[in-house]
Amino acid sequence: MYQYDQYDQRLVDERVAQFRDQTHRFLQGELTEDQFRPLRLMNGLYLQRHAPMLRVAIPYGLLSSRQLRKLADISRRYDKSVAHFTTRQNIQFNWPRLEDVPDILAELATVQMHAIQTSGACIRNVTSDPLAGVCPDEIEDPRPYCEIIRQWSTLHPEFSYLPRKFKIAVSGAAKDRAATQVHDIGLQMVKNDAGETGFEVLVGGGLGRTPIIGQTVRPFLAKADLLSYLEAVLRVYNRFGRRDNKYKARIKILLKETGIEDFTRQVEAEWAHIRGQLVLDTAEIERVKRHFTAPDYQPASAGTLETQATAEPRFDAWLRNNTTAHKIAGYRSVFLSLKPRGVPPGDVTDAQMEAIADLADRYSFGEVRATHTQNLVFADVNQDELLELWQRLATIGLATPNIGKATDMICCPGLDYCSLANASSISVAEDIYSRIDDIDYLHDLGDLRINISGCMNGCAHQSVGHIGILGVDKKGEEWYQLTLGGSSSNDASLGERLGPAVDKASVAEAVETILQTYIELRHDDEPFLDTVRRLGINPFQERVYAHH
Amino acid sequence: MPIIKNGKIVNDTWHHLADDEPASAAPCTVSVARWLREKETLVAHGGALGLRIGGGDRMEEFVGDLDQFPLVVVEFPSMVDGRGFSVARLLRERHGYQGELRARGTFILDQVFYLWRVGFDALEFAPGVALEAALPRLQEFSVRYQAAADEPRPIYRQYAR
Ligand code: SF4
Repeated sequence: MYQYDQYDQRLVDERVAQFRDQTHRFLQGELTEDQFRPLRLMNGLYLQRHAPMLRVAIPYGLLSSRQLRKLADISRRYDKSVAHFTTRQNIQFNWPRLEDVPDILAELATVQMHAIQTSGACIRNVTSDPLAGVCPDEIEDPRPYCEIIRQWSTLHPEFSYLPRKFKIAVSGAAKDRAATQVHDIGLQMVKNDAGETGFEVLVGGGLGRTPIIGQTVRPFLAKADLLSYLEAVLRVYNRFGRRDNKYKARIKILLKETGIEDFTRQVEAEWAHIRGQLVLDTAEIERVKRHFTAPDYQPASAGTLETQATAEPRFDAWLRNNTTAHKIAGYRSVFLSLKPRGVPPGDVTDAQMEAIADLADRYSFGEVRATHTQNLVFADVNQDELLELWQRLATIGLATPNIGKATDMICCPGLDYCSLANASSISVAEDIYSRIDDIDYLHDLGDLRINISGCMNGCAHQSVGHIGILGVDKKGEEWYQLTLGGSSSNDASLGERLGPAVDKASVAEAVETILQTYIELRHDDEPFLDTVRRLGINPFQERVYAHH
Repeated sequence: MPIIKNGKIVNDTWHHLADDEPASAAPCTVSVARWLREKETLVAHGGALGLRIGGGDRMEEFVGDLDQFPLVVVEFPSMVDGRGFSVARLLRERHGYQGELRARGTFILDQVFYLWRVGFDALEFAPGVALEAALPRLQEFSVRYQAAADEPRPIYRQYAR
């Protein structure tokens, strides 16, 4: 993975000093709330319901075991020994003290980490495919470009006070695991007719209040033009994006109000001016690429895995569900489920983080990846070691065979932590979990994405959940709106509203009814999403609201 | 009133004319709207003339006139309105404006580094800000990843990395 050079390190160190000064001035009363807010947000710091929340960047989801140990250490010293993985491959601490945040940032800087631009109206931490560099369906490894974008966007002097937040995702594989269609800019690596690799550029996707699928503004962008094109899009947005209403300030609204043709014309006109001035040099691409070389893969023995799987059905279930194909024969990528029963989705303890770091060193070349579905990945595991790894993961509660299944829910912190929440999400997830906890039932349900957000901001991406659950406030009570049929993958679509919101006591039952209806109506092994798309929402609606 | 100019604190003699205020012979700035309305009279008024730009002003309406102005002021109506950062880069890098480029408004110390990077060489803070504290902020970071008005090379061309 990428290692800082002296310049990267110096910048992060100087940033820590800057934030220490800003926090000090705020506590001294030299900065007002209004002045401090954008500054602290650009360092990932929220002032929440109970305590500040600090969001630390995990650039494109990549962590070393050393970094993970540091996060464990921070959670123990400055928090309640817990941390929370987010839907943007970042990690959050929910209980630090404001006074301690500069020290936490200084600790992070010792392991080449930071909290720069994890919040605020600026270019956010870039996200990517958690299987980047190892999946068999890859056109090119997107991580070097993610790192180049990370550096370009860090403390960008022109684009640090945008109308609103700005999220970029990069995918290099045929299957989109980075949700590029629901980002402000989605970059999808493609090959052109001449056989060169470049980027398809999508703009204007986004979730939240007004979910919209991104549109292609440029079908092919050469690598040399990557930064100039990003700069052109950002400049058009910074100048013309709405600033009068924060709910209309995302680039998706600018694109909608301008129209895709006019918007594209503006971007291309801007780009024509700067294209020659800001060229991404091949030498720089090559330099960064050298940080993402393949580890020392070893051959695996033939046949062992099959024998082991036959002998141990629980291992077999885990193997089939929580591991995936690797581009190197004899290797698999392993998902660590952060969705066991009874734990808020995405939460890990300090002890777990340390154990994961040890396992990463032992089984996966010392690296861990965070996924946008709030799980973790060991990307490079030799299949001879899978059984042992499974046993060890099971002892720390991270081997639940539910990756991509109904209990692998994406869930925001909701009313329990978030000051913007209308309703709780964690307890709803727990209610649903309790009804589908049977492993055979879970696997019979097949691939299912249930996403639960505690308010319209949609941090848990409920509008692209196969089943989306959105907390709303009705006269001070927690109610939930259900949607069906969303997806953030290649076939991206927004879920359709099922009907009136249901109260908290009825949500889990409604979900159960939806799942029952699916089982009755599906054709053979038709996945949930396909059944919904084939039949529309009516049959589900009729059943859920039958008694209302 | 003191401002920061070329890295020093200096006393400023320019007067920012309101749109309905008669122009005297003293150096004064006018809004884009007024400039477009009263070009001839303003040119004839005799004193030095500067232009005040808001983030919403249409640049194509005045960029042809830039060489008439020894001073261009970009207004920052609030610290989070970042349009002026783009306006400054465009004036310097695209339209080749060489005169004094001044940021004026409610920005704070923590934005000085960015303002300097995008091409401002003068800063007119809201009253009450201790300008001495702003001077070291011009160089708050020693690393610049991006090319901008102050540094035409992105980091990978600044150093052999
Ligand atoms: S969706 Fe709403 S409640 Fe949930 S974390 Fe985001 S802002 Fe908070």
